[in-house]
Amino acid sequence: MTRYTAATEADRREMLAVIGVESIEELFADIPAGLRLRDGLAVEGGHSEQEVYDELRALAARNASTEDELSFLGAGMYDHYVPALVDSITSRSEFLTPYTPYQPEVSQGGLQAMFEYQTAISELTGLPISNASVYEGPSAVAAAGYVAKLANGRRRFVVSRGMHPHAREALRTLAHGWEMEVVEAPLSDGVTELPELDEDVSAVLVSQPNFLGAVEDLAALAARAHEVGALCVCACDPLPLALLRTPGECGVDIAVGEGQTLGNRLDYGGPSFGFFATTEALIRRIPGRIAGETRDVDGKRGFVLTLQTREQHIRREKATSNICTAQALNALAGVIYLSWLGRRGIVELAELMLQRTAYARERLGALDGVRLLHRQPVVREFAVGLDAPVDAVRERCLAQGVNPGYPLARDYPEHENALLVAITERRSRADIDRLADVLGDAVASERERHSERTSA
Amino acid sequence: MSAAEHGPRARGMIAAADDELTIFERSKAGRRAFVAPALDVPERPLDELLAPGLRRAAPARLPEVSEPEIVRHYNRLSKRNFDLDTGFYPLGSCTMKHNPKLHERVAALPGHAKLHPLQDPARAQGALELMWRLQDALGEIAGLPHVSLQPSAGSHGELAGVLLTRAFHEDRGEHRTKVLTPDTAHGTNPATVTMAGYEVVKVGTDDQGNVDLDDLRAKASRDVACLMLTNPSTLGLFELGIEEIARIVHGVGATLYYDGANLNAIMGICRPGDMGFDIVHFNLHKSFTQPHGGGGPGAGPIAVSDRIEPFLPRPQVVRRQASQNGSPPGQSQTPESYFDLDYDRPKSIGRLRGFQGNYGVFVRSYAYIRSLGAAGLRDVSETAVLNANYLLARLRADGVMQHLPAAYDRICMHEFVLSGAPMKRELEIRTLDLAKRLLDHGVHPPTVYFPLLVEEALLIEPTETETKETLDRFAQIVSAILHEAAEDPEIARGAPYTTPVRRLDEAGAARHPVVRQPLD
Amino acid sequence: MADPSYPSDLLYHPEHDWARVDGDEATFGITWFAQDALGEVVFFEAPQVGSQVAKDAPYTEVESVKAVSDVVAPLSGEVVAVNDALADNPETINEDPYGEGWLVKVKLSDASEQDALLDSTAYEASLD
Repeated sequence: MTRYTAATEADRREMLAVIGVESIEELFADIPAGLRLRDGLAVEGGHSEQEVYDELRALAARNASTEDELSFLGAGMYDHYVPALVDSITSRSEFLTPYTPYQPEVSQGGLQAMFEYQTAISELTGLPISNASVYEGPSAVAAAGYVAKLANGRRRFVVSRGMHPHAREALRTLAHGWEMEVVEAPLSDGVTELPELDEDVSAVLVSQPNFLGAVEDLAALAARAHEVGALCVCACDPLPLALLRTPGECGVDIAVGEGQTLGNRLDYGGPSFGFFATTEALIRRIPGRIAGETRDVDGKRGFVLTLQTREQHIRREKATSNICTAQALNALAGVIYLSWLGRRGIVELAELMLQRTAYARERLGALDGVRLLHRQPVVREFAVGLDAPVDAVRERCLAQGVNPGYPLARDYPEHENALLVAITERRSRADIDRLADVLGDAVASERERHSERTSA
Repeated sequence: MSAAEHGPRARGMIAAADDELTIFERSKAGRRAFVAPALDVPERPLDELLAPGLRRAAPARLPEVSEPEIVRHYNRLSKRNFDLDTGFYPLGSCTMKHNPKLHERVAALPGHAKLHPLQDPARAQGALELMWRLQDALGEIAGLPHVSLQPSAGSHGELAGVLLTRAFHEDRGEHRTKVLTPDTAHGTNPATVTMAGYEVVKVGTDDQGNVDLDDLRAKASRDVACLMLTNPSTLGLFELGIEEIARIVHGVGATLYYDGANLNAIMGICRPGDMGFDIVHFNLHKSFTQPHGGGGPGAGPIAVSDRIEPFLPRPQVVRRQASQNGSPPGQSQTPESYFDLDYDRPKSIGRLRGFQGNYGVFVRSYAYIRSLGAAGLRDVSETAVLNANYLLARLRADGVMQHLPAAYDRICMHEFVLSGAPMKRELEIRTLDLAKRLLDHGVHPPTVYFPLLVEEALLIEPTETETKETLDRFAQIVSAILHEAAEDPEIARGAPYTTPVRRLDEAGAARHPVVRQPLD
Repeated sequence: MADPSYPSDLLYHPEHDWARVDGDEATFGITWFAQDALGEVVFFEAPQVGSQVAKDAPYTEVESVKAVSDVVAPLSGEVVAVNDALADNPETINEDPYGEGWLVKVKLSDASEQDALLDSTAYEASLD
């Protein structure tokens, strides 16, 4: 018996008697003797709650979180302020512990929350149809690719080099199974330059803003896709959508994105949620759970999972996706957060980030040995190139308690010594000034060290 | 008495009592919860930073509400949910076991919760070590040493498994086109197969509830890439011929994939790796207590054999020896080994998602495994199987199985299937009606109408965290409902009566879908 | 339609589809058995006018809340009309599967294919 099971010796005896066997061993009689484990699993454990807590705390202490440094890391997940009411609501048993709402009569809380979330995403993206969420951003891009493939059966994707590297890779991983070609459109001066398109193109996939922080001309990109009858998929950062021309307004067919910034933790990369919104035409092809409004036998309004014939449990091999779930709790956090921000608050937040990002870009761009990778409009993140080895510069900054941003070289070898710098409402002017000072010093010191070495 | 009699009717929406308003309907212009910090940088004209052509025409019509309104709204909504912390939830195939409360506390520690996924590995050693140790434990439980924590859910793990199979065959210069699944398979299996670019071929089930070995032999060819199986099966029965199945499948050079949905029956008892499976996925939200959250999040890590290892997704969490020259980058001390993310995997299938996976879920699962250890994990499976067999025997003793017989006359494992077909004929109520009437008794119904193989199926999985008293009470409730139906079947057919809403018009919802609030 | 019904003036396909032949054109639909098995129909995706259908091959799908069913063409030909009224009222397929619940009208390409179809007696017998 462990602290989570309650079958006492007396219970077991009684239960075995009712079953009509002598021992629990007999219940495993179907398992061939040769497969039975003779010794226990080599899994160490069996500790008290207190001991487990201490161990998890010790592990936490060896991680440098956003509380331990001044962080300008972004690149897909961002250090935003999550208000206390999100946790207080999402930690309620009634939201935390139930399963997917298969019995809608006792799941109206979760189903209505999904409906409200779908409405909020539809408002943000400007597209009429949203599902109840998918796993996260990059896999949502791959799922959108699958929708395009099923919709038009064509053999090629054109994806912008400005799309998040993880999303591009996830798309490639899945496209390999569909025997589809993935062609990359390059960036020119920081924005997507589409090649000639033809009727073999199933979808054009871009990000808004792109990975280097630049705002793309989304309407023009969507128009190019439609000229050849291809779909346009856009992976968006949700908070800047408070200001940016929406995917819906730009003619995008499918808008997806990473939802972590909307009321969710960093959690070293997950769990979070992905949003997935489409035009009306794709309503029966959209993957994932969808909550729909209806009425009960007494005429009361209620909500149910609907359009289930798209899904795996009914359509099986012909389903629009194999996805069996949503990220319900994380999407709930999202809609609570969006309600907390509110119609005016989200605009104010986005404008604050816009202004501070502009200020940060100006300050960093003015530093010796630091140049901007592009001058496209940016909304919350921008890229700078350094005239010094980025790893050494970062080490100096980290020693000062500042994490200056994400080094681009691994994903963009053409930007060998470059950083992606993210701004959120948690990064004040004073923080940005500190970054400029520390980064400026670090670059200067490294350049000096280099020139000392080369002149020596 | 309909809601329409009480108030105005907006287009597409049925006017609701206050209890049922959406957050958008509570909105009032001017209310707000968040106020942005004051601008502390020089303000530049908006048009200069973002040309008008790049800006949206009208703002997103998010609600305008204060904090107290948000809190009250979602608290009231939560009370319209049945949940596991409140009542018995014997959903077959879902493993609704208790979610230990310690897990929320440790997952919320800032060192875990506020760690950016792109933090330097040298400064995330606690996270990487946790993941590495979780991999180690899962590999041991599966009996397959190489683990990837990347997939986000069970079906995501299935997709990984089939893509790994594809990579394995392509690496040997083979191009196979089919994947076998039993006809009892969960819908995610065939959906996954198609998504991975293969053709589904179904294998039949014999009258013992096991894979029909003759049918398998007939269909296993060198064009078959993989057989996807769960053991125990979705019928809750151990696959008696599993060793022969493995021989047949490996004999044609195909891989054997284990859907871990039913792992709760065998932890510490036997291992899929020893049965001959090449690839196993785990559902951390099932056997490993990640709370279901109303439908996610979860995680679907995979464990694979040596020959599949090269193809695992990237990056992998690895342990490296510190170099002779001294510390790994960024650390002043020199440990003997350190943990890292390995991207250098030339044969990898690539990525299935961003970053490293659902780390918050790993924290909870790791805490669970540390709490249980080998003896505790074995106790879980023994008690799960004991509870299921006891409930089956209890239902039989209480006369329930006269109308709801077990689909197969065998010892079950952690769950069992009953058929409501006799009940439908004799008492004129269906499995659906029984489920709805259970709601009035304050329990969540079992899984209904799955697996498809059993007519009017009722799939019951009590899990190990329920007491004998709860199981006894459930049997009594079912018995009472059957007696009631014998007197008057109309009662169950009109159930539920005591829930926040009663039966809902699902056909109407599908015919004219309204999937967002119109705000015009 | 509450009770089983298989009009004798129609031809039937074993996959539960019917055909009403009128010269070189035919009207297709699904049988009482099919709509009963499906439950309340919620969606019917009409094929394009001008598209080809082939005998024994599925040409579209019908959906209820909990099921999807292929609709198989009893005879080959070119679609000349589709029942647009089903877009708003797909449940007509349940209420009047042989009348207002017709699915498509087709210009037949091979009249001799009718010989392979069942009459109402043979079809009804096959349901047992």
